[in-house]
Amino acid sequence: MATRSAQYGSAEGAGQDAQASVHEASPEAVVVRFAGDSGDGMQLTGGQFTLSTALAGNDLATFPDFPAEIRAPQGTLFGVSAFQINFGSSEITTAGDAPDVLVAMNPAALKTNVQALKPGGLVIADTGEFTRRNLEKARYEASPLDDGSLARWDVLAFDISALTLEAVKPFGLGNKEALRCKNMWTLGLALWMFDRDRQPLVDWLNAKFAKSPVLAQANIAALNAGHAYGETAELAGPLRKLHVDPVASEPGLYRTITGAEAVSLGLVAGAQLANLPMFFGGYPITPASAILHNLVKMKEFGVTTFQAEDEIAAICAAIGASYAGQLGVTSSSGPGIALKGEAMGLAIMTELPLVIVNSQRGGPSTGLPTKTEQSDLYQAIYGRNGDAPLPVIAARSPADAFECAIEACRIAVAYMTPVILLTDGYIGNASEPWKVPDPASFTPFPVAFLDESNNPGGKVLPYKRDARGVRPWIKAGTPGLMHRIGGIEKAIDTGNIDYAPDVHQAQTDARKARIDGLAHDVPPQDVALGEARGRLAVLGWGSTFGPIHQAVRRARRRGLDVSHVHVRHVWPLPANLGELLGGFEHVLVPEMNTGQFKTVLRDQFLIDAVPLAKTSGQPFAIAEIEAAIASFFNGVTGNEGGEVAVNDTQLPAPEIEHP
Amino acid sequence: MNDMTPIQTTLKDWETDQEVRWCPGCGDYAILKAVQRTLPMVGADPKNTVFVSGIGCSSRFPYYIESYGFHTIHGRAPAFATGIKLANPELDVWLVTGDGDGMSIGGNHTMHILRRNLDCQIMLFNNEIYGLTKGQYSPTSRVGTPSPTSPIGSVDRPALPCAFALGAGARFVARGYDVSKDLPEVLIAAYRHKGAAFIEIFQNCIVYNKDRFDDFTAKAVASDNQIMCKDGEPLLFAKETKGLSLDLETLSLKVVDVVDGNWQAAGVAVHNPRNRGLAHMLVEMPFGAFPMALGVIYDDPAPTFESAVVAERATLIAGKTPDLGKLLSKGQTWTVAAPSDKHGLMD
Repeated sequence: MATRSAQYGSAEGAGQDAQASVHEASPEAVVVRFAGDSGDGMQLTGGQFTLSTALAGNDLATFPDFPAEIRAPQGTLFGVSAFQINFGSSEITTAGDAPDVLVAMNPAALKTNVQALKPGGLVIADTGEFTRRNLEKARYEASPLDDGSLARWDVLAFDISALTLEAVKPFGLGNKEALRCKNMWTLGLALWMFDRDRQPLVDWLNAKFAKSPVLAQANIAALNAGHAYGETAELAGPLRKLHVDPVASEPGLYRTITGAEAVSLGLVAGAQLANLPMFFGGYPITPASAILHNLVKMKEFGVTTFQAEDEIAAICAAIGASYAGQLGVTSSSGPGIALKGEAMGLAIMTELPLVIVNSQRGGPSTGLPTKTEQSDLYQAIYGRNGDAPLPVIAARSPADAFECAIEACRIAVAYMTPVILLTDGYIGNASEPWKVPDPASFTPFPVAFLDESNNPGGKVLPYKRDARGVRPWIKAGTPGLMHRIGGIEKAIDTGNIDYAPDVHQAQTDARKARIDGLAHDVPPQDVALGEARGRLAVLGWGSTFGPIHQAVRRARRRGLDVSHVHVRHVWPLPANLGELLGGFEHVLVPEMNTGQFKTVLRDQFLIDAVPLAKTSGQPFAIAEIEAAIASFFNGVTGNEGGEVAVNDTQLPAPEIEHP
Repeated sequence: MNDMTPIQTTLKDWETDQEVRWCPGCGDYAILKAVQRTLPMVGADPKNTVFVSGIGCSSRFPYYIESYGFHTIHGRAPAFATGIKLANPELDVWLVTGDGDGMSIGGNHTMHILRRNLDCQIMLFNNEIYGLTKGQYSPTSRVGTPSPTSPIGSVDRPALPCAFALGAGARFVARGYDVSKDLPEVLIAAYRHKGAAFIEIFQNCIVYNKDRFDDFTAKAVASDNQIMCKDGEPLLFAKETKGLSLDLETLSLKVVDVVDGNWQAAGVAVHNPRNRGLAHMLVEMPFGAFPMALGVIYDDPAPTFESAVVAERATLIAGKTPDLGKLLSKGQTWTVAAPSDKHGLMD
């Protein structure tokens, strides 16, 4: 066990001087990772720590990282569940590259996470779990706490299990139940370390265990014991109390929000703004199920939820509801979206509004159900039979997903089209503080159904297009406007079956022109950071926003001529995007796939977009993007040292060697 | 069906201006006419009627009915119908499907719409062949059916649509055939049944499976080989010279001779469409040794899916008022006041 005094913390936005700030007493930002067995309650611990962090006024970003197995065998490397939080007194946009503090509840958690820890970082380990059997399960030959292999870090190892058992002894719990309080003990210690108020946690525990007060008391006792331990340990060991100043935020009401919550709220708000009831068809799939879980609780907003027999039925029912005049919505992840492809084609062909949310995960096939990736972009833009264009929107963060969901609803009803909203596992599960918007500030877009014939003296023309190429929406059940729709090519205006060559040509053109035209109805592409022209644009979409933004910020502090452009409307692309990118000598496109958006950009604008691809199931580290940026400035004054390759040991998660 | 004021219409009102494009002599023409004849009889309202179909010859049906109609994708009509009915329970929903559409690619959805008991009429046109794709054997083709994909005869055992429907939990199961004069009567019963009404309609594919059902539909043999099930009436056939009786030793049906019309003496069973066990036996009788059971075989209503969804919703939202501002600020919140002020916990 090391006995050096630990100094942890960093400044996310502080550029290369981040290393220097590690030694500051009151750091700008700190990254903490809780890791344990999937049964240890690490996600819950992380969630509550997040809440206390938000209440302390810090900006924050989190990254829950858990295994696909519900209850993986105890103590195994693949059963490790982790929760990382980055919090600070300046703007935080990523969950942080390398943790400053690692809480490892067992040998497997230590093994799979310690390589990510910053040199000099602090390891807190529960020796009670470092038994021979657990060491064997984690494939350690000797205890890493004793063999000097952790010399790069400060280690604080003590028997959390025994301390917890001692603390909860008065409550007479069984051994198994008593040990379940370990996570609260650990949380208590963490609250002490970061100078946090325990009261909100006490309130939460009392509410959670309202039906069994003994459990509430035991958990509170464990929480208090962990907190008290911090005070004692400070005198003797490497543990030190840190205070992170509150971030200066815009005044207003705040809450934390995950992407899945934001999408759910945004869909409800979108349907309200459209003045429509919402029909949500879903089928359980990780990580998209959370949206269905949330919407079930919001039925007073005219929401009907339908748990269908499969992914296909979920989207088909949503399309049926749209035909009957509701806003049809469905949601899934890659494999489910693949199954929905044919039905999306029908919604395109019949021109019915529909919102399809894809919480992307690693693929292909079942792939990495609980890990993140952006590899469904081709699927979203191109993945249907026939020429089947539809708008695609990508959320950049949990909070942004709210606005994106509203935007998806707006486009769907305004253009009578299915719209795909892309989020990913990272956005879906991660949380961040969110300034609660005032509903009065939203612009309504109420839908006007056709209620009398648009063809005086004749039969209604369900496919008569307006100037934007949009057909009227006719609710089944409207008197006098009976008509038939379907997936077979249709005649102009009447919609009767007609697959004459010139008709198919004209309708294909019309479907394309209508979606292309949307490019002029979305806000022009802006620059998220930097100038609108220059040497390098780092162009991103979706959840890469955080790491790109910080990497560009750091590079700019070093004087490099680099800008950050982040695209929300990935199809059709904003009308000015080509011209904007033309103002840069180079365009770098970091993506959590093999370079899909890069290919789209090359195709649309004939530019030499350079990919930065990552498909490890983990988000980008800032350092990775920073290194890629630096490579465009080799030999440029100010980039000295920037040409050094990224240090792989500081990426968020090392490879887990599965047995 | 829905309890609405009957609307006065005629058969003509239900015809569209579209040219019907089935092969001349196809059984679908007769079914179309039977449906168009039925709709005025039940007082259906064109504006509240929606015909939903999948893909296949039968699925062109909605284009020929002057109401709302949705020609969807292969096998998925039940899912679209579910969305339509949940969005607007006032709509009268009819499904048109076939043996390939409803029993093969869409078997899953057929099962689930039946177990959920969505209020609708499901007409499964069974011609025991894939017609639109040019004659391949289907999941209801009898073993040995020669086709382009089974040159020496199909080897798979066929599915029994009505047995499947009962197995899935259907509360209404009926059978008819395209040119049957009794078809409208069966359709009326289906329409009046509140819940998912499953009607298997044997349909002659004139091109790929011609006269497949002649052994019980042809005039000369119809009386001997079919039995029309009617509520409260004895299960008699062959001009009332034969009947179905329950063999108490084997707990199965047997054919008995009826002498001088004394069916009671012969032990002939009386049809009860609320008897699920009897329904199972009637739809599974092996044809040949037994006649083909037609008519309303099972009709025992249960609460419908859409009414359960409406009730569930009412329970969930009781006492809640939709307040978007409140929803957005749910959970633990905090306020950031003007600079230099402390952060405070709101709730």
